[in-house]
Amino acid sequence: MKVRFTFLIGGMVLVAMQLAFAQTGALRLPRTVEAGSAFSIQSTGSGKATLYIVGPGQVLRRDVQLGETTSFAPGDLHNAGHYLAVLVGESSIDNGTFDVTAADQPAALSFLAKPSRLPVGLHSGISGVVYVFDTFKNLVLTPVQVSFQLSADAGGGQRQTVTTRDGVAWTKIDSGAKEAAAQFVAQAGSVSVTRVIQQVPGNPCSLRMNAHRAGQRLVLETEPVRDCGGNAVPDGTIVTFTEASSDGQATVDVPIKRGIARTEMPAYDGARVSVATGVVMGNEIRLGKE
Amino acid sequence: MSTGRLLAIGIVVATVTFIVIGTLWPAASAVALAGSGAGLLHPSSTAQAAVENLAHEIGQHSWDTAYSSLANKNEFSEDDFKRDLTGSYSSLRTYATLDNVEVRPLHASADEAQIQLKLHWSTVVGTFAESRELRVTRAGDRWEVTWPVVKEPRVPPQVITVNYLRWDVIYRGAEDDWGAQDVEAPHLRIVDMHPVERSDGVVLLGELLNEDVVPAFVSVKATLLAKNGSAIASEDSFDKISHTLLPKQVTPFLISFHNVELSQVDSVHIEPSSSLIAASADPVIEIEDQKLNPAPGASLTGKLVNQSGQIVNVAHVLGTFYDNTGQLVWVSDQYVDRALLPGTPVSFAISIPPDIARKVSTERAITTAYSSDRLQ
Repeated sequence: MKVRFTFLIGGMVLVAMQLAFAQTGALRLPRTVEAGSAFSIQSTGSGKATLYIVGPGQVLRRDVQLGETTSFAPGDLHNAGHYLAVLVGESSIDNGTFDVTAADQPAALSFLAKPSRLPVGLHSGISGVVYVFDTFKNLVLTPVQVSFQLSADAGGGQRQTVTTRDGVAWTKIDSGAKEAAAQFVAQAGSVSVTRVIQQVPGNPCSLRMNAHRAGQRLVLETEPVRDCGGNAVPDGTIVTFTEASSDGQATVDVPIKRGIARTEMPAYDGARVSVATGVVMGNEIRLGKE
Repeated sequence: MSTGRLLAIGIVVATVTFIVIGTLWPAASAVALAGSGAGLLHPSSTAQAAVENLAHEIGQHSWDTAYSSLANKNEFSEDDFKRDLTGSYSSLRTYATLDNVEVRPLHASADEAQIQLKLHWSTVVGTFAESRELRVTRAGDRWEVTWPVVKEPRVPPQVITVNYLRWDVIYRGAEDDWGAQDVEAPHLRIVDMHPVERSDGVVLLGELLNEDVVPAFVSVKATLLAKNGSAIASEDSFDKISHTLLPKQVTPFLISFHNVELSQVDSVHIEPSSSLIAASADPVIEIEDQKLNPAPGASLTGKLVNQSGQIVNVAHVLGTFYDNTGQLVWVSDQYVDRALLPGTPVSFAISIPPDIARKVSTERAITTAYSSDRLQ
């Protein structure tokens, strides 16, 4: 209890000292400064002193003549945040604080778009988050209009406009109906950033194969493999052919090439041939006698 | 003081005695380890000794000596003999070392004997065994082995056109903005998983599907959790899985937890992981003549046929076994010791535990191929 009381008194003294400095200091500070812009600090009194400006990731030191105005060039202070100015004279020390704020004009966007690859026709499948920054990479905290646009060569673009809150704007967008590498663009003012979202076909739909004999071999070939939206399933997708006969079983995992999967297997009379890809089953063929 | 001196003298005498005994009558394993035991071999005065000597020379890679001791060396060259044992193309055999041999007489007469030689080879992915039935004949005061040479087929020079399909990946770079997304890891789905109690512990069986449109390097890690939520053990699938999964490909996996009882396990935490890799859709390997052979010696046998033009140096076959309700009951594997040449069948045999074999109704086999040009 005693310790708490001591801390309370100490805190009150410190606050009182801060207020006293702000009210009685020989510094006349601007209330806020826009990052990167020129500004000046007026001091009172006479003689020489040293002015220190301490802020996030930055310290400035200037030898000043008391009673004159000290000017700072554009770009001298570029990190947004709370700054402390300390004027150390020959017989006195004064200090005060001011804020450096981000410029209102967006100069850079950090755009997080996820996922970079997803199946077509997924509701709210794509999320986009934009952080708006000024020239000096300070987060712009004033509300800014950000537009999100998802478009592909196949057309059918979507557009949404969102206002930033505390420097951040986000949205969710459905993936398109057609397979494409879509351009996902975020734009704020004249600044835009593009991400590529690959909209890929979904699971194959109605997988079908044909078979014909070529001597002792059986040639198996699927029809063009497409998803339920009619998009061609990409080359490289594995299609498994299984042939079961009284002589045993034969399987082969074949990648789709140029839209179809094709292979040869031994031809056995009465054999049952099936086709599948992933967890999707296709048709079954029973071989008759030659 | 005198006791200490006596002990020291005793140790010196014993050491000298053992050195002399070891030099004059060395153990067979010591001869093998010494690597130059030719002079210490038994003379081929019996059929069994002739086979043992031949096995020793094979183990030492003394191809010249081994070949010259054969009875039928006029039927094939020394290179044929060497290729029979080490493979014509780079394969597991090429880098295998002879671990041990079993010599079993099958039949013997005064001038001829039939002997089974079982060679146990050791490789980086485990051991494999091969068995040869040798005819051994008497030639004067010594016995000579007739070697049943297996000539590996050679692929005739030709051009095989392959519609080559591969994926290459560009990852994000150090210069990219932190907001720039990297390429998405492939999406996986566990389509089946359940634990099984075995005599030596708990085994976790399952199947994993790459439901994405890009190739994936996959692995599965599992943690068994007790009723109070604490971890009992954590293991991964190691090589009981096909690590490279092409789009829509399914691999089985098996994770062994030794010295754990199923009654201790309350739940399983399973972590499949995937990363996008550059991969090729070739070579395509057909698995022909798959047969489930019942106990005793239950196994899945079949033949691998390389349908591509590329030579496969090491093939790994994974068998997934299901009961009559379609439930996964076992996963087993085998590395094929010979290279797969285009269009040339190579046999494989995956053993199945006898108690599991009784339950097995259907199976599915997949292969993973490794080619030396991709290992470099």
